Amino acid sequence: MPDPVVLARALFKSYGSFEAVKGIDFEVRHGECFGFLGPNGAGKTTIMRMISCSSPPSGGELTVLAMRAWLDGRRIKRRMGVVPQENNLDEEVTVLENLMIYARYFDIAPRVSRPRAEEFLRFVALEDKGDWPIPRLSGGMKRRLLIARALMNEPELLILDEPTTGLDPQARHLVWEKLRSLKRQGVTLLLTTHYMEEASQLCDRLVIMHEGRILVEGSPREVIERHTSPQVIEVFEPPRELEESLAALEPVADRAERLADRWLFYTTDGDAFLSKVRSLPVVPSTVWLRGGTLEDVFLALTGRGLLE
Amino acid sequence: MARTVTPAGIAVRTGRRSLLRDIVRVPDVRVTKAWRLWQRDAAIYKRTYKFNILPNFFEPFLYLLAMGLGLGAYLARIKGYRYLDFIAPGLVATAAMFGTSFEVTFNCFVKMQFGKIYDAVMSTPLTIEDIGLGELLWGTTRSLIYGTLFILIASMFGVVHSWLAILTPVAVALTGMMFSIIGLSFTAVIPIIDMFSYYWTMFITPMFLFSGVFFPLDRMPGWVQTVAWFVPLHQAVNLMRSLILTGDAAAAGRAALWILVLTAGLFVLPLNLLRRRLVK
Repeated sequence: MPDPVVLARALFKSYGSFEAVKGIDFEVRHGECFGFLGPNGAGKTTIMRMISCSSPPSGGELTVLAMRAWLDGRRIKRRMGVVPQENNLDEEVTVLENLMIYARYFDIAPRVSRPRAEEFLRFVALEDKGDWPIPRLSGGMKRRLLIARALMNEPELLILDEPTTGLDPQARHLVWEKLRSLKRQGVTLLLTTHYMEEASQLCDRLVIMHEGRILVEGSPREVIERHTSPQVIEVFEPPRELEESLAALEPVADRAERLADRWLFYTTDGDAFLSKVRSLPVVPSTVWLRGGTLEDVFLALTGRGLLE
Repeated sequence: MARTVTPAGIAVRTGRRSLLRDIVRVPDVRVTKAWRLWQRDAAIYKRTYKFNILPNFFEPFLYLLAMGLGLGAYLARIKGYRYLDFIAPGLVATAAMFGTSFEVTFNCFVKMQFGKIYDAVMSTPLTIEDIGLGELLWGTTRSLIYGTLFILIASMFGVVHSWLAILTPVAVALTGMMFSIIGLSFTAVIPIIDMFSYYWTMFITPMFLFSGVFFPLDRMPGWVQTVAWFVPLHQAVNLMRSLILTGDAAAAGRAALWILVLTAGLFVLPLNLLRRRLVK
């Protein structure tokens, strides 16, 4: 089995007295899509910056493509692509020129970078926008262009920091499709996201982070199986007179939550629980039965409070 | 297999970094990589130069006409030279200073802070120091464009009096590199773009007015001359005037040496300050 693409042992990062990453272990294997999930401030971006050799680790070990992160930065970055969270394209030049300028940083000559740029523009469905100025592109187009740009050096490892934040559903699905196609071509993907659906759709394995630590690790299915009940009953805006009888159902469920506008019951047998709800003296107007999701795990682990 | 990870406490280096150690380190810089950033700047300049260069073409005319011919008509000769001849070399030095100063202050700050361009480039094999050197080289290039253009235009007014003037482009490049280093260092440390007004009104403009471009300083009190010796633009003006007007090779050499020493001494400063700002 080849070395892992990324290997972190007791990885630590502090800014002054603030500890952003508090000693974490993980490894990313060849050809997989690995996700970092977590609320804002969990340390995801810090990890991405360390892996992409933009920021030196403060402690622990971090190996990328079998080289030491940061210390071997130039050589690592040659074989890696980075899609940043914020658009940082050269606004003054065209789409095609953006790709060719970027390729030059990797010493790729124009006679190579031009056909390659055209190929990747086709890949991200921007082939007819090559001569467009950047300000004319929509948010989704810019993000796709950033992906094309990150591919210009034909990287073995592609790092994406919140690749679909701020995109509309059409644009998001297109990005997902492209990322899956890259994975099929053998590119190892590493992404951060706080969209649970994105993680379920794309990631082979993921970690959920909170306050600089990894809370859980595994495939999306494993994480759901291990950390939440398979089924969830949601009772929306229950009538006031049901308050007590719903509270009485709490011990029957694996776990229950009372939110401002609804009750959530986590259970292994949704149908049985549903019939209990149906037999209440007043049947609540909206009751849902759904499967447990990554979002349930995420919220259970990181809490429902705003993390700011 | 899913697992819960509970990391152990680890001893690590923490605490504030020392400013001195950040500034005097040997930068991780390669000219071949910096060149890539220069090419990026040049590619973007190429798209806008037609609009950029025209005003820069007229500016020398305006100064030479207004000050040299207009004001000069009322003035006695300075050290035996026409006023126009006296100010033209100083304006070459000034053109070199302005040529880079806009670039390494406002333009670089916008690229760094708002465009996040340096973040993008830092995820390629370039280091932040390569980026810094690339900006210095590009700033110097702009100085070279504007300074050389100025002397070419000015020479049509008959202001060139010495064969040493063929060294003007070298002197302009040297001056441009010096002001690139000073300007980029300032850019690397200011928190907000508004602080450039300090750079311009307390550094650039006073230098422009009091560095001996428009009147000689040698009849000023001794302390003025002492202060002037430390002013970068004053040395650049002396250099240009020695090359273009007086043909005094020794004076040119002294001024060039002064600029060279400052440039070499401060060379790592902007690179390390940028690193200190952007590498966290």
